[in-house]
Amino acid sequence: MEKHTNRFPISHVLGFIFSLILTFGAAYIALKTSLSFKVIMWIIGTLAVLQAGIQLFMFMHLREGEDGKTNVINIVYGVFMAVVIVVGSIWVMSAGHAAH
Amino acid sequence: MSSKIDYSLPLEYQTEQNRLNILGFWIFLGAEIVLFATLFGVYGVLYQRYAGGPTHQDIIMIKDVLIQTVLLLTSSFTMGIAIFEMRRQQLKGLIFWLVITLLLGAGFLFMEINEFIHYVHLGATMQTSAFLSSLFVLLGTHGAHVTFGIIWAIMVIIQLLRRGLTPTTARKTFIIGLYWHFLDVVWIFIFTFVYLKGMVG
Repeated sequence: MEKHTNRFPISHVLGFIFSLILTFGAAYIALKTSLSFKVIMWIIGTLAVLQAGIQLFMFMHLREGEDGKTNVINIVYGVFMAVVIVVGSIWVMSAGHAAH
Repeated sequence: MSSKIDYSLPLEYQTEQNRLNILGFWIFLGAEIVLFATLFGVYGVLYQRYAGGPTHQDIIMIKDVLIQTVLLLTSSFTMGIAIFEMRRQQLKGLIFWLVITLLLGAGFLFMEINEFIHYVHLGATMQTSAFLSSLFVLLGTHGAHVTFGIIWAIMVIIQLLRRGLTPTTARKTFIIGLYWHFLDVVWIFIFTFVYLKGMVG
């Protein structure tokens, strides 16, 4: 967590450019290509995760401070819970368990 | 709790209290991830239950969504620049970029409200179908967070104008910054798994 003495926020600008590329890349793949639904979802899902990573590390300074490790563990656990909730809900409700 | 000030660190980390508050806010964000996960879960289960009502392709205005996305993405970037200016001790630069961030956020909100009005005019309301109920709850919760963030940031700006840059105001600014970036992270997933997914399938 350096005190910025330099004048140009290079990591922010790079993060912003990457975010724009990922956003428009995902939009292009989803709207302009004729790949299958499954392939498109895997690609744009991966791009979304990458972009979230850019926000967390380049903009939010996730790892800085004496609690950097605690922050990472907390967020990783939050993401784990999110995946269990979303994937678990969809799986339970669509795999036939609820068909009766 | 020690009130020792460590001048080797950026302002917002200089006191023990500040460091604990920032850690506490990260833990809150962990809970926010789970809150939005429940809404994404509901949407993921119900997103094709149209009940004879409009589908994604009937209502989504993808160009407007792209503009909203760029507005929010840019506002997250300008918030990053604001914090960068804060670490250079530039109060004027900090406030300038905070105001730009809020204008972009307000632009996003304006477009989202327009979008909701457009949906309602097409007969797509919360009561129409399970798809639309879950959609409005997910988007509305995010939009409410943005609204709250704008009010919160205005109050932080007022404090900055009155008290200048102190460890306390720097900590408050840093925390609203984390909150704002987090809203952009949530939007990335809404953009991908609501709008783009809706346009594809």
